[in-house]
Amino acid sequence: MAARRGRWNAGIYLILVVGALFFLTPFAWMVSTSLKTDAQVFAIPPEWVPAPVMWSNYARLMKEIPFLRYLGNTVLVTVLSVTFYVASSAVVAYGFSRIRWPGRELLFYCLLATMVLPPQVTLIPQFVMFQKLGWVGTFLPLVVPALTGSAFAVFLLRQFYAAIPNDISDSARIDGANEWQIFSRIVLPLAKPALATAALFIFIWTWTDFLNPLIYLTDDRLYTLAIGLQQLASTRAAAWPLLMAGSLLMSVPIIVLFFFAQKTFIAGVSTAAVKG
Amino acid sequence: MTRWQRRDLWLGLAFVSPWLIGFLVFTVYPVVASLYFSFTDYNVVSAPRWIALRNYTDLFADPLFGKTLYNTLYLAVIGIPVSLLVSLLIAMLLNNKVRFQGLFRTLYFLPSVVPAVAAALLWRWFLNPDYGPVNEFLWLFRINGPGWLADPVWSKPALIFAGLWGVGGSMVIYLAGLQNVPVQLYEAADLDGAGRWQRFRFVTLPMLSPVILFNLIMGIITSFQAFTNIYIMTGGGPSNSTLVYALYLYQNAFQFFRMGYASAMAWVLLVITAVALVGVFRTSGWVYYEADG
Repeated sequence: MAARRGRWNAGIYLILVVGALFFLTPFAWMVSTSLKTDAQVFAIPPEWVPAPVMWSNYARLMKEIPFLRYLGNTVLVTVLSVTFYVASSAVVAYGFSRIRWPGRELLFYCLLATMVLPPQVTLIPQFVMFQKLGWVGTFLPLVVPALTGSAFAVFLLRQFYAAIPNDISDSARIDGANEWQIFSRIVLPLAKPALATAALFIFIWTWTDFLNPLIYLTDDRLYTLAIGLQQLASTRAAAWPLLMAGSLLMSVPIIVLFFFAQKTFIAGVSTAAVKG
Repeated sequence: MTRWQRRDLWLGLAFVSPWLIGFLVFTVYPVVASLYFSFTDYNVVSAPRWIALRNYTDLFADPLFGKTLYNTLYLAVIGIPVSLLVSLLIAMLLNNKVRFQGLFRTLYFLPSVVPAVAAALLWRWFLNPDYGPVNEFLWLFRINGPGWLADPVWSKPALIFAGLWGVGGSMVIYLAGLQNVPVQLYEAADLDGAGRWQRFRFVTLPMLSPVILFNLIMGIITSFQAFTNIYIMTGGGPSNSTLVYALYLYQNAFQFFRMGYASAMAWVLLVITAVALVGVFRTSGWVYYEADG
């Protein structure tokens, strides 16, 4: 029995380690390629350790594309989007959970339905609308919709608000606080962990978003990293060291963020699915 | 309605008004407009011209439409079960009390936060038939690897294979589900003399079925809308073997400026998604809800 258990455990470890290699190797390859010479990239068999180590690839990347400008654009769009999405979703979720009013359930079902609606259906009229407003080619189509909240964040925050005892609001009401004060001074501070979770998700979406910048950013001075990298890939198809350096630089902020906020992030993924 | 009820109605509406305005402007109006566009010939520059059902009849006569539908369904029908199975398997392994559990979970999850653009570039390179590491690895076993993304026969399996790198998201959802299975059920099964397989079949699987349903639904939604990774990895090639629905829709709308035609495609996609989701719910008798038991 003990021997069988031992063999079972060894089997589990073996599979886990092989799997971990499958998930980890591409990262190692990304790092290694980003430090190779253009010629060494095509060496057969592949060489894992770059010789010489071409730190200069990163400098070359900055010269080849206006990397810092793209980075700045990405940061600007992401910071505005996260701020707008989280602020508006926090307010909206309050209306959907802490106040009772006729029609609330119906509208909430509408909100849930928007999560399943293929974005392709609304994509074209939205594009036409933004074009008529003269917003195509600016950041406005990327950040203005964020002011109306994210269905996912509203959903997440509503679950959280609903768990806060009503007595707290009631006693504040007796003390003469109005609804906005109860929201901003009592419920919002209590909801900080949920706000952080929502912010984390939205950060990752907007940082990595490709389709919206692709459609709306026509001027290459406004490109985000996602679009800038794709452009580089289509003009310099074989510049793998540069492409991998760029990919790595674009991934690093998210990986670092994930490293520090794994618990929050993983809890967020599972709450939305399992307890929703 | 009493004075207080009316006050609450106005308060509630005031709080949800940011979303309500967005819903009307960015969802309701576009949905109606998109339905209208789908019956018109529209290139953005000149006004939409009503052509009734022409876009829809053209669609069904368009060989690429059938092709993209086939490609999309291929990726869904093969890709979703494969990734559901792989992520469940990993979750079950990681639910064992193993050393470095946290480290393993992080390693397996990490790729799912890598930006799609970076991941797609990476895999384009990894799967290169001539000098990509995947074929080099296969050569260690004297296997002559296929052309992957460059070969119409292998391009779709290659996309599914590359997609497995990002199963971390559904794995985490399974893990959360596994942790919600009451320990008493396993103890009871042990007392009844159930083996590993029986415990999995009669305890884990039923208790996990709502989570499987959730992952299945998310899988259907995301695979029908797949765009970014394919746009970057293959651009739809070779010989349109990876031209998926969302990519062809994008090309029609933003490269050929056939906005009416693309709108008709969007509506067909909506109908297909709805039919698939209703179909899944109709046949979801295998899902076990604790409340029923």
